[in-house]
Amino acid sequence: MKEKGEENGMSVIVKVASCVLAVPVIAFGVYVILHGHLTPGGGFPGGAVIATIVAMILIAGGGERAKSLNKELLSFLESAGLVIFALLGLLGIGTTFFYNFLANSGSFFGMKIPFGINPGYMWTGGVIPPMNMAVGLEVFAALSLIAVVMFTHEEDEND
Amino acid sequence: MQTIRVFTLVVMFAFLLLMALSLRPFGRPDNTDMDDYFIEHGQAETGSNNIVSSVVFDYRGMDTLIEGSVLFTAATGVLLVLYRRKENERKR
Repeated sequence: MKEKGEENGMSVIVKVASCVLAVPVIAFGVYVILHGHLTPGGGFPGGAVIATIVAMILIAGGGERAKSLNKELLSFLESAGLVIFALLGLLGIGTTFFYNFLANSGSFFGMKIPFGINPGYMWTGGVIPPMNMAVGLEVFAALSLIAVVMFTHEEDEND
Repeated sequence: MQTIRVFTLVVMFAFLLLMALSLRPFGRPDNTDMDDYFIEHGQAETGSNNIVSSVVFDYRGMDTLIEGSVLFTAATGVLLVLYRRKENERKR
């Protein structure tokens, strides 16, 4: 429980540190998502990494920050990620559901890769990298939406 | 009552120990057909260096779709229980 005139959230040091830390953490999460077809990781862990920074800023910044976040936008991003993922699976319906129609086609993310050990080319993987991005978006939006809604609920009860 | 509990515990523990001892040695699974297929053809078929990624998003894409919808359902449930309407924010 907070006093009436007391400032929201934690001290200035924690607020500034969380904002400074946000840049490398978000960069790392985006890296994990974008390199999902080359390195360990992918959409789920990368989205969770980005969502942690939302939770961290919420805890550090208190209720005002939670109010400033757009819950409708997060909900829309969550739904959009899942719909894009399902549509990408549906696009390969000519063969089967979730057929990788882009792999080795030479077009979008369709570079052929040499079998065995290779340096890891970004422009490969067919439909996997777009699916990773869609799932990353969905996981990030869903987890941060849960954090924001739980946090604002708590704040409302305290007021 | 106490003896039944102890007896059940001992039997379960013995069963688990027996099962653990009768496992196959590490690195030598029984049926390797599917693993070999993924390792040999996965990189060429999906163009992805990461075999786990190619299994999760290509061979078993349906599983990942349901997994994503589980997370979606979880977020929807949290919203359903905890979300406050705009009028509550206006009141403050």
